[in-house]
Amino acid sequence: MTSIDNTYLLQLVQEKLGDDLHHAAESFGVLTVEINRHKNIELLTFLRDHKELQMAFMTDLCGAHFPENKNKELAVIYHMHSLVNNIRLRIKCFMPETEQIIDTASIEFPTANWMERETFDFYGIKFKGHTNLTRILNMDSMTYHPLRKEYPLEDATREDKEDKFFGR
Amino acid sequence: MSNIANIFDNNKVAKTGETSKESISGEFTTLNLGPTHPATHGIFQNILKMDGERIHSSEQTIGYIHRAFEKLAERRPYTQVTPITDRLNYCSSPINNIGWHLTVEKLIQAEIPKKVDYMRIIVMELARIADHIICNSVIGVDTGAMTGFLYIFQWREKIYDIYEELCGARLTTNVGRIGGFERDFTPELHKRLKAFIKDFPAALTEFSNLLERNRIFMDRVIGAGPISADRALAYGFTGPNLRAAGVDYDVRVMNPYCSYNDFDFTIPLGTQGDTYDRFMVRQQEMWESLKLIKNAYENMPEGDYHADLPDFYLPAKDEVYHNMEALIYHFKIVMGETKIPAGEVYHSVEGGNGELGYYLISDGGRTPYRLHFRRPCFIYYQAYPEMIKGSLLSDAILTMSSMNVIAGELDA
Repeated sequence: MTSIDNTYLLQLVQEKLGDDLHHAAESFGVLTVEINRHKNIELLTFLRDHKELQMAFMTDLCGAHFPENKNKELAVIYHMHSLVNNIRLRIKCFMPETEQIIDTASIEFPTANWMERETFDFYGIKFKGHTNLTRILNMDSMTYHPLRKEYPLEDATREDKEDKFFGR
Repeated sequence: MSNIANIFDNNKVAKTGETSKESISGEFTTLNLGPTHPATHGIFQNILKMDGERIHSSEQTIGYIHRAFEKLAERRPYTQVTPITDRLNYCSSPINNIGWHLTVEKLIQAEIPKKVDYMRIIVMELARIADHIICNSVIGVDTGAMTGFLYIFQWREKIYDIYEELCGARLTTNVGRIGGFERDFTPELHKRLKAFIKDFPAALTEFSNLLERNRIFMDRVIGAGPISADRALAYGFTGPNLRAAGVDYDVRVMNPYCSYNDFDFTIPLGTQGDTYDRFMVRQQEMWESLKLIKNAYENMPEGDYHADLPDFYLPAKDEVYHNMEALIYHFKIVMGETKIPAGEVYHSVEGGNGELGYYLISDGGRTPYRLHFRRPCFIYYQAYPEMIKGSLLSDAILTMSSMNVIAGELDA
């Protein structure tokens, strides 16, 4: 149907970003690029407005936490999809825990609105320019961001707790 | 972006922010719809700012049944994540289960026998029919047509009987394993499936006759809660809701999984993206699903009902008791000591209400390092205030039921 493949896609991103493209790899057929987080909106809108590529569909946006990854502890991960060319791209923006802020995509992509709120709720990543950055799934009075790795779930094998109803 | 203005062009309330001429008191009323209102079919709260009977603006609150699935999944071995997926869109659990299995199979690069693919297609399409039966018959109920609901609902029961024969459960099915199914289709299941394929068309025709060209129903739903293709795409719509707006995106065709490309089926499309189109797209999809089930069943290849994956697929109980190797594998799987390659994978399936995606980051440990569910209704429900702006309260109820928002999936 089309000649757009991952090599061409990478070339486009490279031309657009230059040194702001930190890393690129292919994982199960999906090109994954790590970019300078300050360029996120620039790249997203470029991909969307590109005449040939038309990568306008934001499939997914989520956060991730890698505590061992010094100065790159938090990540926002975008999954973009070109419905015209049927090609996907995964964009990762890393940021240090000390400066967990990134520009919002919700102005250009309305679908990012709730997904960014969800990411904020779970990871505490702030989205600059978001019009209503409040918790979405957890209650407002919660004081922490539960999906971060410093909050481990209770160890299923612990024995110091007695529970006569559930037979721990 | 300019389409919002187009859709609600003649809606003066939205434009000026003042009350319309219809308003008697000249004041807005705040109406709290939900969280446990019977007409919302689930725990959804909408705070509506009403101008008389029309909605001026609305604000949603979600998260009432949030169960932190993504966090829970980070402590569970891969096989134990399946029951979590059940509870996302619980109207079509088998699709969620199989979607998860496919994701893991993609990560471990497993080879799956053709027969498993065909069995999965049958189960997933049955789930899609069950999902659409609920959604469409409930649209009928919300318009005051109870009869269709009462008649068609027994067919969902028959689908659940088929699940029950396959895996022992009805709603939260936990069906299948990584690598295939826990058992082959039993003779009883063949009987039930054949009866379903034979008798369901008459029931669906009956249901269609009740509503599809019913003047009262049509007058009620045509034009209720419309969305344009552009806005639907911008809001990340997928599934029947996107197709009702006229965009032919279906994961089964675009990125075929489970040998869907072996079959010939059509993607029904709408044009207006309103409640009637969403209803009609689902109606047509049920026929297509039935065709797929029939084709897959008739062309079912010979072979095994599971892949040869001793590291992931639980050995037969009999083997476990008598064979040392099987016992070791059984122990390893149950204790979650199986080795998983590191890597990241995104896999999506066409769920009952849209593209259900699984984004999995594995660091080679016993549990997923990060698992994110792309839940279609969480993503498209945010368009709801825009879709009901300026409409009547009763249309807002209809719009919500026609969007097929499932609380379990919305709140994860």
